[in-house]
Amino acid sequence: MDSSGSESASASAKIVVAGGFGVGKTTFVGAVSEIDPLVTEAVMTDASAPHDDLSLAGDKATTTVAMDFGRISLTSDLVLYLFGTPGQERFWFMWDDLVRGAIGAVLLADTRRLDACFAPMDFFEDRGLPYLVALNAFDGARRFDDADIRDAMELPDATPLLTCDARRRGSAKAMLVSLVEHALALTP
Amino acid sequence: MSAPGSRPARVRPYAITGGRTRTRVALALETLVHTDGAAELRTLSGERRTICELCLRPISVAEVSARAALPLGVVRVLLDDMAGAGLVVLHGATADRPDRALLERVLDGLQRL
Ligand SMILES: Nc1nc2c(ncn2[C@@H]2O[C@H](COP(=O)(O)OP(=O)(O)OP(=O)(O)O)[C@@H](O)[C@H]2O)c(=O)[nH]1
Ligand SMILES: [Mg+2]
Repeated sequence: MDSSGSESASASAKIVVAGGFGVGKTTFVGAVSEIDPLVTEAVMTDASAPHDDLSLAGDKATTTVAMDFGRISLTSDLVLYLFGTPGQERFWFMWDDLVRGAIGAVLLADTRRLDACFAPMDFFEDRGLPYLVALNAFDGARRFDDADIRDAMELPDATPLLTCDARRRGSAKAMLVSLVEHALALTP
Repeated sequence: MSAPGSRPARVRPYAITGGRTRTRVALALETLVHTDGAAELRTLSGERRTICELCLRPISVAEVSARAALPLGVVRVLLDDMAGAGLVVLHGATADRPDRALLERVLDGLQRL
């Protein structure tokens, strides 16, 4: 939507950085963002209530969900935002908001806790959101064959499986490039 | 007309939005908001003024929420209001998936980083 027509048009895009608790989402966002990751908060009243429904916030128990995000100015009129998902599953209600209009998701995985990926994978596959799995190379974590990891995750062949170091800008950037390429391949 | 001086520093979200909780337009987290003049700033107070000041350069809905320290839902209602009143302009809200042209621009931009 662009209701002005007079202003120089600005465009924005969004990539979701997902993964289990402590897997490196904030580190990843911080590594590529041109600003220190910011935090936005959403308020919910219960698991089923739309989070914008603030009229209910007065007398019901509320939960605040914090999402961190970063920004990359790609050109003077194109900005890419990176949103980290809230780690805990009781915050699923935010995910619809996160994936709406997104290019896709980088799903960070720790080989020691691959099961943390299953719920996000189901969610992305259900929504048809392009995603790739980025194994975050924690020190001391055992290395596995990609084939074994694919097996353990039941990862579709077409879904990219890569290794990254979320602390390194170049590595995080490479994940973003791969994700956009993957999204392009899936876009008619 | 200016706000009374007794205005509390911290008001409850639904008070800020005048009880409104729904927006006419679905504002995405990454939707850019912009205001093209400081002219209106003088007439504004409180959260609306804070938001207008933040929007002097294009800024996303999420960033407004973070920098104004206001919950996302509150910011959405306020921005919807302010856009309706012509105080801010919204750019680039996408309802569904980005198209190839946008993906190619993003890819190109990332590769140049
Ligand atoms: N060795 C190693 N450590 C990492 C890597 N990425 C993140 N870490 C460390 O892991 C810890 C958790 O990283 P965060 O970025 O806070 O993880 P998160 O996913 O945002 O965590 P939550 O938001 O709490 O779910 C931090 O101490 C990081 O420094 C990595 O690639 N390698
Ligand atoms: Mg985090």
